[in-house]
Amino acid sequence: MEPPPTATRPAVPAAATKTSGPEESPAFDIRDFSLWYGARQALDNVTIKIPARRVTAIIGPSGCGKSTFLRALNRMHEVTPGTKIKGSLRLFGDDLYGHGLDPAVVRRRVGMVFQKSNPFPTMSIEENVLVGLRLNGIRDRAFLKDRLEESLRLAALWDEVKDHLRRPGVSLSGGQQQRLCIARALAVQPEVLLMDEPCSALDPLATSKIEELIQHLREKFTVVIVTHNMQQAARSSDKTAFFYLGRLIEFDDTGKLFTSPSNPQTEAYVLGRFG
Amino acid sequence: MGFSAILVMMPLFLVLYFLVREGASSIDWHFFTQLPKPAGEVGGGMANGIVGSLVLLAMASLIGVPIGVMGGVYLAEYGSDRVNHSIRFLADVLNGVPSIVWGMVVYAVMVASFKTFTFSAYAGGAALGLMMIPLVMRTTEEVLLLVPQSYREAGLALGIARWKIITIIVIKTALKGIITGILVALARVAGETAPLLFTALGNNFWNHNLGQPIAALPLQIFQYAISPYDDWHRQAWAGALVLLLMILGINLLVRLLSRGNSAS
Repeated sequence: MEPPPTATRPAVPAAATKTSGPEESPAFDIRDFSLWYGARQALDNVTIKIPARRVTAIIGPSGCGKSTFLRALNRMHEVTPGTKIKGSLRLFGDDLYGHGLDPAVVRRRVGMVFQKSNPFPTMSIEENVLVGLRLNGIRDRAFLKDRLEESLRLAALWDEVKDHLRRPGVSLSGGQQQRLCIARALAVQPEVLLMDEPCSALDPLATSKIEELIQHLREKFTVVIVTHNMQQAARSSDKTAFFYLGRLIEFDDTGKLFTSPSNPQTEAYVLGRFG
Repeated sequence: MGFSAILVMMPLFLVLYFLVREGASSIDWHFFTQLPKPAGEVGGGMANGIVGSLVLLAMASLIGVPIGVMGGVYLAEYGSDRVNHSIRFLADVLNGVPSIVWGMVVYAVMVASFKTFTFSAYAGGAALGLMMIPLVMRTTEEVLLLVPQSYREAGLALGIARWKIITIIVIKTALKGIITGILVALARVAGETAPLLFTALGNNFWNHNLGQPIAALPLQIFQYAISPYDDWHRQAWAGALVLLLMILGINLLVRLLSRGNSAS
């Protein structure tokens, strides 16, 4: 099977561009979503519409459910045994928890970058970027070559690695490794990119590079980023959601949420009074 | 402290000393190329025993490696805690089963159950292979558990099927460790005599049919050592020295592999 480049990309941008204007249709439409780990409830009736082709930041104190929420967006929480969900979670109208839907299909549409960079140690830079396509059965050489360059360019890594693509992925610096992981996630052409505290293990210079790259990603992708760094949320996001004790407390434009939050709990948190 | 270390090393040096003193003189080109001579004739070698041992180890690997590795993968990647607990316990019990018992079990199943009543290379290989299973299984499990969970998650987040992540990403990452475990298991069964006594039986000639008895170095040593002939005694020493060197070689390979592992 050699799918043409256009076939692998579902009609996401189309859906997003058709209704241009202030009320663009959201990427995620989530209603009354609750999640349990065994008997412990981690998310409580979350209702939120995450806009397409914007950067949405999720903030909140440790244990507030922000990482759980992020992982629920591509069903990665199912890696932990004994979870249960209630409510609805739709991506561009499709129920991601639909009956009989393979989570692998969801994860190809909703990619993820983790807190600690994790390039595969046995693979070269090139193999790391292309692993998602190759292991999903794509063999077309020309297509893979295009995806390799485009993904590395999107991750702002191409110029640094183009001359030694066959070196091991783990030979790169920490910040480069994290950008390699971003390229790897982008190579499968997801509609959404989830980032779970992607800069928490990086130095300020590497962090600013990734923040800059997030700004470019918003042109093509919907980005949801969990961060415990409020400056980062303020700098790089359009919308911010504040979670506390498993509940969505406030969701608004980033500027408004940080300067004039409507909820006192949000205000206390962004002013640094707790967390 | 130093004294205890010397005490620990003593047996090894004693073994080496005696093997070299008694056996080195009988090791020559003929020892590796010739069949045993009839009793009373001087000379001859253990070529059939050396080749037989290698054949038996290859057959044992055919059984022990795939089952052991797949069992280890199941334990590390699929099994639930409760099931795993029982499997690990059973594997540890199997590890403790005396090797002669393995020989008896295989004798009952593969030798005595047929009307023709044939000892065979198959039976010998099976006995050694069964012994390898729990060894390979536990080491495979251990090295797979050392592969960080984050690699599996990275694979899942790319929408890759779980079995592909395990076979292509996780096992590849742990490959050196798995091979090391296999070699350790091979070194362990290479010197086994008891499970071969009434399975492979031994053979003074070349084996041309794996359905027939086959020679093995440890068996040959055993047979020669309990014989009344001085020449055979010397040959037994030489055989023991060669066997020890083979096992030492496997262990050196293991060291080389595991050193490469920690460097990467």
